[in-house]
Amino acid sequence: MTLVKIASRLFLSLKSPENEEEFVDILEERRLRSDLGHALRTFRPSPYKGGPSCSAADLPKIVLESQHLRYVIATETGASPEEVREEASAILEEMSQNLQLGFIRLLGYIFTKVFKRLFTSINVNMEGLKALQQAIQESPVILLPNHRSYVDFLVISYIMFTYDIPVPVIAAGIPLAGMKIVGAIIRRSGAFFIRRAIGSDKLYWAVMSEYVRTIIKTGFAPLEFYVEGLRSRTLKSLMPKLGMMHMVLEPYFKGEVYDIQLVPISLSYDRVLEESLLALELLGVPKLKESTTGLLKASKVLQDDYGIMHVNFGRPMSVRRLCRGKINLRQYNLIPRDLPQKPRAEAQACVSWLAHLMVRIQEEGSLISPWSLMACLLLQAPTAVLTEQGLPWHQLTEKTIWLRKLALDFGARLNWPAQVPDPDVMSSAVALHHSVVRREAGRVYLVREEEPERKRPISPEEDVIRSAAAVLMMVSYRNQSLHLFVRPALLATAIGVTKTAQRDELFAFFCFLRDVFSNEFIFIPGESSQDFEEACVLLRKCGAVHISEQEVTASDAGLEALSFLQALLQPFIDSYQVMFRFLCEDKVHVFAEKQFLPAVRNLATKLILSGELHTYETLSSDTQKNVLSALRRLETLAKLES
Amino acid sequence: MDALPSLHKHGSSMASNSSGGGSDRQRIAQQRLRIIAGHLRRPVDVDSTILAAECKAQDSKTDVSSEGKTVPRRRQEIMKWNGWGYSDTKFLFNKKGQAEFTGKRYKLSGMIMPALKDWLEDTFGTNLQHKSPATPILTSSAVQPPTLNEAFVEELKSTGIPFSHDAEDRVFRAHGHCLHEIFALREGKVGRVPDLVVWPNCHNDVVRIVELACKHNVCLIPYGGGTSVSSGLECPPEETRSIVSLDTSQMSRILWIDEKNLTAHMEAGIVGQDLERLLNESGYCTGHEPDSMEFSSLGGWVATRASGMKKNIYGNIEDLVIRVKMVTPQGVIEKSCLGPRMSTGPDIHHFIMGSEGTLGVVTEVTMKIRPMPEYQKYGSVVFPNFEQGVACLREVAKQRCAPASIRLMDNEQFKFGHALKPQVSSMFTSFLDGLKTFYITKFKGFDPNCLCVATLLFEGHREKVLQHEKQVYDIAAQFGGLAAGEDNGQRGYMLTFVIAYLRDLGMDYYVIGESFETSVPWDRVLDICRNVKLRIIQECKDKGVQFQPLASCRATQTYDSGACVYFYFAFNYRGLSDPVHVFEEVEHAAREEILANGGSLSHHHGVGKLRKEWMREAVSNVGMGMLKSVKDYVDPNNIFGNRNLL
Repeated sequence: MTLVKIASRLFLSLKSPENEEEFVDILEERRLRSDLGHALRTFRPSPYKGGPSCSAADLPKIVLESQHLRYVIATETGASPEEVREEASAILEEMSQNLQLGFIRLLGYIFTKVFKRLFTSINVNMEGLKALQQAIQESPVILLPNHRSYVDFLVISYIMFTYDIPVPVIAAGIPLAGMKIVGAIIRRSGAFFIRRAIGSDKLYWAVMSEYVRTIIKTGFAPLEFYVEGLRSRTLKSLMPKLGMMHMVLEPYFKGEVYDIQLVPISLSYDRVLEESLLALELLGVPKLKESTTGLLKASKVLQDDYGIMHVNFGRPMSVRRLCRGKINLRQYNLIPRDLPQKPRAEAQACVSWLAHLMVRIQEEGSLISPWSLMACLLLQAPTAVLTEQGLPWHQLTEKTIWLRKLALDFGARLNWPAQVPDPDVMSSAVALHHSVVRREAGRVYLVREEEPERKRPISPEEDVIRSAAAVLMMVSYRNQSLHLFVRPALLATAIGVTKTAQRDELFAFFCFLRDVFSNEFIFIPGESSQDFEEACVLLRKCGAVHISEQEVTASDAGLEALSFLQALLQPFIDSYQVMFRFLCEDKVHVFAEKQFLPAVRNLATKLILSGELHTYETLSSDTQKNVLSALRRLETLAKLES
Repeated sequence: MDALPSLHKHGSSMASNSSGGGSDRQRIAQQRLRIIAGHLRRPVDVDSTILAAECKAQDSKTDVSSEGKTVPRRRQEIMKWNGWGYSDTKFLFNKKGQAEFTGKRYKLSGMIMPALKDWLEDTFGTNLQHKSPATPILTSSAVQPPTLNEAFVEELKSTGIPFSHDAEDRVFRAHGHCLHEIFALREGKVGRVPDLVVWPNCHNDVVRIVELACKHNVCLIPYGGGTSVSSGLECPPEETRSIVSLDTSQMSRILWIDEKNLTAHMEAGIVGQDLERLLNESGYCTGHEPDSMEFSSLGGWVATRASGMKKNIYGNIEDLVIRVKMVTPQGVIEKSCLGPRMSTGPDIHHFIMGSEGTLGVVTEVTMKIRPMPEYQKYGSVVFPNFEQGVACLREVAKQRCAPASIRLMDNEQFKFGHALKPQVSSMFTSFLDGLKTFYITKFKGFDPNCLCVATLLFEGHREKVLQHEKQVYDIAAQFGGLAAGEDNGQRGYMLTFVIAYLRDLGMDYYVIGESFETSVPWDRVLDICRNVKLRIIQECKDKGVQFQPLASCRATQTYDSGACVYFYFAFNYRGLSDPVHVFEEVEHAAREEILANGGSLSHHHGVGKLRKEWMREAVSNVGMGMLKSVKDYVDPNNIFGNRNLL
């Protein structure tokens, strides 16, 4: 029982205070006043007190002259030191940001125009912003937003500019740098650019890590990067990438700064601009290369309404406090700190733990929209019903109200307007998502793309893809609230599958599921018992189970919740099983990833047509890749270098 | 002859023992005469003047009073029982509410320091109305009656070696100068104390005492100057045997001086100031000047691996020692010759140095001596910030041109130094001070809240000193340093001896504090200074300290590959129910921080019992096993049972 207590305390401490957080619409003032006035406002940030300030132009110099780089340059073989130095210079030139206030102003002006058109409001929690302002003066700060849409790149800078907080430098993917004009603008707005596949390029690693380290050590500016590495195509959190996280934390590990503050930031959208593009991408329609013309073409999406964007600044978290007892810093004392060092297992584990924790806090900080709850429910209806007969509206609304209560029991941060009658809330959610659903004569239908004019009739396979595109769009909105339900859902599934009430048996099965799905959902490494306890506590709270010292038993009143939760997880279980079946049946022991994806897609399409498979999620390349990663992690598959 | 006034300056920074008066000029003259006399006398017969005869234990029985000796057997006659230093010397607030330093021993004695009150109030939030006075006298009822080993006492009596089980004598030897030790005494609280104090007069006395202790299974704790800051003198509370404190203070003779080889042979109980004074009379010095040298003893230095302020010229204790005699339960350990270096396996001196009284008693030491320097000159440099100062020290170390002493104080200590400036009598001086301040802060643009000061001491031949001085100032200039005069430098070193008295004043007003040290590679100096200071501030906040603490540091020694860093930490404990506990937790955290930042467990204070818990990690399992096996062989019955180190 003590574990339960600990878990619930932990859980409450994670959730309670900010629940009451007040959000302020930052666009409101913009709508009342001049955009130009905002762009030209006096900007008086209070910077980091601890560091000697240096200019953006100094950074590359400091990096090139660092002992670390000099060492790497001296030991690089195959080229003269001058050549290597030249190369390092070139890398730096490609990478460096060139933060200038003028461009932030320009950007501010453009953003105000665009945001006012796209969103009804941008809601920001002021308390979080205040805490951030304070933290930035005290230690180097790392901003860790999630990334769900192209529009959120630079939105943090925009907010910080508006509220007199030093504007961050931002790690961005190198393709952005290649965009005409835009690349140049965002470089001057503080973006620095990092290549995607660095592999074993020692020099590049050295330049990049030294660049990042210098920014933190000098307290040049807050540093922003995506701990998930990239934009989530599924709106579901991604497994964190550890390379950048490790680079950022190293100055603390090596005692070069007293502390570092991590600020997880959760951006949540009522509706995402790229929704249909994302779905197509997941179905294998190739992603458009980032280009300025592409951006301009996309401007037609600017005509539509995208509801509210929520930006929730998490409380700054001290790395020093978080790492207490997790890492022995004395290991860094025996080798010169400036020499490249492979991180030890302990450091890697600590970084991984921290990175996962950050993603979880991002999840908990995000706001769940009524539409996301509705998507959870809609997806539990057979797709054919949604496309053909439609789902009765009252059935959906009743069920949604029920789910809202469950979500609140689970500690959700809901974005459900209190002043508006519930039916209106749901109606406007459906109206906002007219690209996915339509309401007609008291029924709700899934919207599929218009059939193009064709000579020959559309094939059944093509029809599957048409439905899949619509379903995957809805899936992504369901995914916005998955993190809320996933732990209880694992337990509900464990109860359903094992048919036991024995706590330890349930725990074992829970751990098995958690292990299999840990590329799919974010679980903090090493905290399986906490997750289990949390699941128990939540299920008990909503009356779904009784819990005793040894047993967890389903209650009669809880069947609705349990079956909802099981159904929520079912598409994942089904998809994984299809792929496992494919791998088992396929006698080939070696295959290329490129072949695997279409082959699985073909199999899944067949199974859907034959009625054996009920989920379209198997078709998503995201699910497919997650399965491969999971199997590699579980050492069932191995990647061969070609 | 320019040398002499500057010599005087230095000599007078330490407490003088001449009981009372005479103007400065008279003293200078006397000292001159003594030195000249010493030089004249030298070739004739050193032995007859200094060799202090045979050890006659029996005679010493009559020698009850402390004639001629700096340290009497009854230390409480001249020293505080519950604070630092001489009884006649202390800081206090006079009737006008001004800080005053009493007594006549130091240059600052009898002076008023007008800025100290404000500094205390601003730094700690103290208030003169809120006093936390010490218990004035020791009540003997607070002291447990001695557990005597009758058989041991009987035999000891027959040797004629003086001893005592008087409560005051015992309490005096039950502590060093850790904060918790002094805090408890001020509250009149006394824990486990030695049951008996014994004063051997010579090596042979020690041999007899150790034999008796072994025979009767009595625990021996050697006591030198009592300046330990590592809980080294604390009696282990779990010790059930009779504890005998072996006070070496009466073994304080210089036995011979060898001018051909520049060595001297001393009894280990001699305290630093006597050693230097007596050698000076013959025109020599050891140059070993730890900050505690007024009270700490030669044997103590050897047993704790001491370091002196002027180690850049003279070396640390391990560089100075030629030969050591130590009495252990297994017999006497010593080397067979006076060769300057040997390749005879691991150096047995390194089992002795740093053994912290766990293996035996150091009784006699042969040490290098040097002719007294012809010329001494102080100096100081102001830097715009601590970073620049450290960079300058690093460069000085790189060029291996460190003066006899070079110390860099951070901004907090710079301000503290100002608070201790005595009242200025002449308008001119205050005008000059004002001008200097104006020049540095306004003209040169130094931020008074960032700038820091390095103090310097040069020694040697006059021309070389001047040349050396120029070299160092040139380096300093490269790092934005401005020469800030001899006075500031000299004051800095003078304050070293005075500062220890200040803690007692703080404790009268709810302020407790301590200093601690470490050594660290050059590239980590800045990081460790910043991180440890911030850690102290954060821990104080977390532990409920109501006032901002003072966290300050200075780099006090430079080496080829690193530096010795001193931290000062103090806070106002009003509102805390268990201030000492909070203090110890913060100090513990600070040490953790030091270790995490690549600092050593200790540079020269030693391990004692205070830092024992980190010892295994500091020297590895095997290292610990080596030390343990030495202890097991040398002292299998743990006669030297102070339980330090291991």
